[in-house]
Parts: sequence; structure tokens; C-alpha cells
Amino acid sequence: MEKRTIVAVVVFAIVAVFFFFSIFLIHPFGKPGQVNMDDHIIANTQNETGTNNGVTSTVFDYRGFDTLGEATILFTAVAGVLMIFRRVK
Amino acid sequence: MSGMSKIVKTSVNILFPLTMIFGLYVIAHGHLTPGGGFQGGAIVASGCAMIVVAYGSKWVFKQINEKRLSTFESIGGVGFITVALLGLVFSTVFFGNFLAGSNLLFGTTPATGSTGADFNTGGVLPLMNFAVGVKVIAGLFVIVLVMAYASSVKEWDT
Repeated sequence: MEKRTIVAVVVFAIVAVFFFFSIFLIHPFGKPGQVNMDDHIIANTQNETGTNNGVTSTVFDYRGFDTLGEATILFTAVAGVLMIFRRVK
Repeated sequence: MSGMSKIVKTSVNILFPLTMIFGLYVIAHGHLTPGGGFQGGAIVASGCAMIVVAYGSKWVFKQINEKRLSTFESIGGVGFITVALLGLVFSTVFFGNFLAGSNLLFGTTPATGSTGADFNTGGVLPLMNFAVGVKVIAGLFVIVLVMAYASSVKEWDT
């Protein structure tokens, strides 16, 4: 066997073992480990953001920076498409 | 080479305004009902894609070109970041909700608990929904339009 293949098999085995043992470390379904942030958002979203929709308040207010990243992804996609299908001069 | 049959065009003529109304409703009520700028923008852009399918991309390209749509997309992005930076100015943090509870535009605070829908709530969230809606409408529509037009002509230099 090539040296490259042996290295790949060893790395795959290590990662697979980590993933396999992480199965047993997952918290049970429906019982999250940390609930402080969830409880704060559910309890205070109407007072702090003035919105009845908790999902929108999370996406645009508590996690607004994440939405900025999503908007950047869309901008990059449009820029890429316009660059590939640009007008031929 | 001017779109599909008359049946398809008539169906699209009936469906297009309803799609527009539904998509704009989803954008405008993003802070009250499920949905928001991204989802409503996708609905409106799919309605515009329906026009492209029925009438042909050449006909649509005569009405609006990709530079104008790209400008609209940039306006949406700049508006989104502007609202976020206004949060930095009038509030304390980037993306701060400075309009919530101020009794100005969208400034009403709903009572805690399960309450009825009040459109005049949400602070900066409706403004961000509008900005993201414009951005997603123009962005997805320009992707669909440019790809459809580029696949229908051999070498496009209009």
C-alpha cells in the first residue's frame, strides 16, 4: 500500500472513533444541557424587542450578526452568478 | 420565441398578483407571523421566475435588466447595514433595537403572554425585514433571470 493510503486510513479511524464515542455523550432527546439563553429569550423577547414572533426577534435582533452573514452569502452568490454570466464585449 | 402558450400566460396573469400579495404580506408581517424577509422574498422571486417561464427571458429582459436589479439588491444590503449601524448610534450595540418601546415608529410593546397581533410593534425588526426582503427579491430574481437569458442566447451582447 502507498504511504498516503495508510495515513488516510489512520486519520479516518481516529476521526471515526471520536464520532463514535461522541454518540454516547449526546444529551437525551428533548433535554438540552444549557437552557439559560433559551429561557431568557423566551421570557424577555416581548419586552426587549417588542415582538410577538420570537423567531424573528432571535434572527434579526439577538442573532443579527448571523443574519448579516446570511445576507453576505446571498450577495456573494449574486456577484458570482453575474460574474460568470457577464455580458461579452 | 416569445414565451409559452396562451393558456400558460393567462394562468400566470391570474397567479402573479396573488403571489405578489402573499409574498409582500409575509415580508410585512415578518415580526408577527411565521416568515420574514428571506421567506417572503423567496416567494416574490418565485412569482417573478414564473413570469420568466411564461413570457420568456428575452421579453423580461426588455422590461428590466440585471444592472437595475443588482442596484436594488445593493440598496437592500446597504439599508440592512444602515439600520444595524443606527443601532450602534442610538443604542449601545451593533444591531441594537433602538425603536422598541420608544412609542415612535413600530415602537409599541405588546403585553407579555399570548396577545393579539399589533402591526405597530417590533422596533427595527420590520425595517430589517423590508431591507432583507428587497435584497432577497432582487438577488434571487437576478440569478434566475440572468441564468435563463444566458441559456437562451448563444452569445449575449445587447
